[in-house]
Amino acid sequence: MFKLTINLAVHAVDVPEDMPLLWVLRDEIGLKGTKFGCGVAQCGACTVLMDGQPIRSCITPVSAVGAAKITTVEGLTASPAGRAVRAAWEQVDVAQCGYCQAGQMLAASALITATPHPTDADIDQAMDGNFCRCATYKRIRAAIKTAAGISPADHRGDVA
Amino acid sequence: MSLSRRDLILTLGATAAGGMVLGFGLAGTAGAAPSAVGDYVTVAPDGSVTILARNPDMGQGAKTLLPMLIAEELDVDWAQVTVAFAPADPKRFVSQYAGGSLSVPDNWEAMRQVGAVARAALVGAAAARWKVDPATLSTAHGRVRHAPSGRSLAYGELAAEAAGRPLPDARAVKLKDPKDYAILGRPHPGVDTPAILAGQPIFGIDMVLPGMKYAVYVKSPVYGAKLKSADLVAARAQPGVEQVFVVDGIAPPAGEQIGLAPGIAPGIAIVGRNWWQVNAARQALNPVWDDAFGAEHDSDDYDRRAADLLKGPGETQKTKGDVDAALASAHRRVEAVYEAPFLAHLTLEPQNCTASPTATGVEIWAPTQFPNDGRETVAKTLGLPLDAITVHMRRCGGGFGRRIMNDFMVEAAVIAHRAKVPVKLLWTRTDDIGHDYYRPGTYHRLTAGLDSAGRVTAYDVHAVTFSRDGKVIDGGGVGLDAAPGHLAETSRLRRSLIPAIASTGWLRAPESNALSFIHEGFWDELAVAAGQDPIAFRLAHLRARMATPVAPSTEEGEPPFDIRRMIPVLELVRDRSGWGTRKLPPGVGLGVGIYFSHRGYFAEVAQVRVAPSGDWKVEKVWVVGDVGSIILNPTTAHAQVEGAVTDGIGQMMTAIRFEKGRAAQANLNELKLMRMSAAPEVDVHFHITDNTPTGLGEPALPPVIPAVANAVFAACGARIRTLPMTAEAITAARTDRVKTA
Repeated sequence: MFKLTINLAVHAVDVPEDMPLLWVLRDEIGLKGTKFGCGVAQCGACTVLMDGQPIRSCITPVSAVGAAKITTVEGLTASPAGRAVRAAWEQVDVAQCGYCQAGQMLAASALITATPHPTDADIDQAMDGNFCRCATYKRIRAAIKTAAGISPADHRGDVA
Repeated sequence: MSLSRRDLILTLGATAAGGMVLGFGLAGTAGAAPSAVGDYVTVAPDGSVTILARNPDMGQGAKTLLPMLIAEELDVDWAQVTVAFAPADPKRFVSQYAGGSLSVPDNWEAMRQVGAVARAALVGAAAARWKVDPATLSTAHGRVRHAPSGRSLAYGELAAEAAGRPLPDARAVKLKDPKDYAILGRPHPGVDTPAILAGQPIFGIDMVLPGMKYAVYVKSPVYGAKLKSADLVAARAQPGVEQVFVVDGIAPPAGEQIGLAPGIAPGIAIVGRNWWQVNAARQALNPVWDDAFGAEHDSDDYDRRAADLLKGPGETQKTKGDVDAALASAHRRVEAVYEAPFLAHLTLEPQNCTASPTATGVEIWAPTQFPNDGRETVAKTLGLPLDAITVHMRRCGGGFGRRIMNDFMVEAAVIAHRAKVPVKLLWTRTDDIGHDYYRPGTYHRLTAGLDSAGRVTAYDVHAVTFSRDGKVIDGGGVGLDAAPGHLAETSRLRRSLIPAIASTGWLRAPESNALSFIHEGFWDELAVAAGQDPIAFRLAHLRARMATPVAPSTEEGEPPFDIRRMIPVLELVRDRSGWGTRKLPPGVGLGVGIYFSHRGYFAEVAQVRVAPSGDWKVEKVWVVGDVGSIILNPTTAHAQVEGAVTDGIGQMMTAIRFEKGRAAQANLNELKLMRMSAAPEVDVHFHITDNTPTGLGEPALPPVIPAVANAVFAACGARIRTLPMTAEAITAARTDRVKTA
């Protein structure tokens, strides 16, 4: 039995100790926002925050979580950075298929929490582990800058 | 299938709650007329409007755009509209699919007409209540107004009366003048976006049913191999496992593939209480496959056989004029061999499907691009009547053509039917890469003749592609593509086939995504051979054909390439990119590519930086496209182009190679992917013309590939004729001074 703190709520789960956090979140607790993409920490779709740091939940055994606080996309807006990121993602209209965006937003919120005014190089470094198959990178970059208050640009193409 | 206005049968009726509903079916198709009033567009007494989205959505925005077309003509505010997926039911919703960039051209007329008929019904109800001529009434923001008397009524107040009136004549309704549009032409984020950003469970993989079990399906990594043995007992003993059973394969008809045709690959289903455990139980299976026939299918072998075939004559497919004579008399001959590899789709959401047995058949929830096809394929594979299969569309975590094939749907249905429990089948990434319907590779030898003025007088192409049972494999079509074939004075296409065993299919901008690289790369070489600027060279050849500006269609029924639409697009991208006017630093170059596909005309300029190491980075791409008279949803339109361009560059970075008939790459760590640090700035401009609006899922992709390769040549002198484009190949071929760095 593991007691997990997820989005500030405590969940008790009776699962094998080597079960990855991803599957505990999705199939035991029912938080489907965290996504499965590769299972080998290459795509970032399963990104969650552990005590504020982005981790790949697909390779994190539930036994490694301990008392750490886990934040998933369902709890993103509990933090100011998360709220700013969510609002920017809407304003810039980032999502295409949307499958990777939970992981993208969590990685972005960790970035601007640690680095409130990220440079392009900071964004490259922080976000390179989060693959977007639709290739929405231009808008992800714009949304991070919008969330950080660097650029208010509207990238939705109103002027067509 | 394009819906024309005269095809529609509309029905008008009432909801139990006192609202109005409009349904539709297709005329002239057996069983197509709705037996009862449909629920396609519903106007509730409170004025809220519900529109069902006919077609799947994998991020291309059809779930938002098709209802926008209706809402515009209905004259309601978008905020009043709720959108939900329609069930997969061709009797009520006609052909439902996402593919070919066809959602816009196939629905542009009919969806607007649906909205206009609904509006006319409400106007008719108001006219009857007020006893005035309907022509004196106007609508806006979901209200009918009578200007002379100043009266107005909300649609909700008229819905019950409208429902009881005769159906307005669909042919008589007048569509809006585009200048009066309030919804179309303005950016509307996707209707699913709030749910996506909140992490709500809307994707296929998120489906949950009461009592649902989880499944994996273990298949041979060699397509078509039979199961010899497996340790079912050991797998059954693994924790969490409830059922393990063998599914005998059902082969598709000759020349066809599982996924489009009825059939299922043989395999072993493991069903249990959670997915992680059933997936872990695979380790105990030790399946042995009868896959020796795969031994001769190595990519290295394919490369050697293609090289041999290209030395031979090939089989002539198409000729225009006397190519041999033109080549013999040419002032200069240019010859090159181009190669493009097999590619995987890599939808980020791995293939999955949820299915539940019913009293008579199976109910299915699927992230699919072709729900109607999937339903039929499941019915035929299970030997059940079509009506026994129900399919619900779920949002797709990417499509790119992979989900045209419904192999995963058939597998889920067969497993649920057999296990007699609701089941969610989920593939691993390794399953997904190993059982893809790959973009086929191709090899082309191109020979051109130039006259002394630099005009292309002969264009001779020998293409090697792949076959199955003697037929060109799905996605492996080669053409003497409309543009180069039309622009040269004489041309010829010859073809040779290599039998392949892998499953293949259509990857975003299929065929065009490889042929653009090959032909537009080669045309760049011709410009260099002619001593001309690459854009000026292309413009000269386009203008030289203005006497016959419309090239023959590449396929019957497909709209032809019209030179008159490409010329302004190319001129615009030249000017917007500062082509020929900017001084670029060493190691940086501009390249151009033009391509007509999926009814869209695109010209693109890429700016690429090549490092001394040979590593390359696309800094910026300028895109100009002509997709007709209006950009219906600008935010999505720009997003599709930004994504297609960036995706196209990603297609240049990677490859699937086969070893003994199986994909050598097992997961994303073995494939180079387009990531944030490699993504370029993209400048998008739409050139508005008088043409009917067309789609944007694909046509912006093909030109970027040659544009980038041609920019590498401009940057460092390396002519890249083989994809993926590696730093090693650039270093080996570069002619600038940093060659030895």
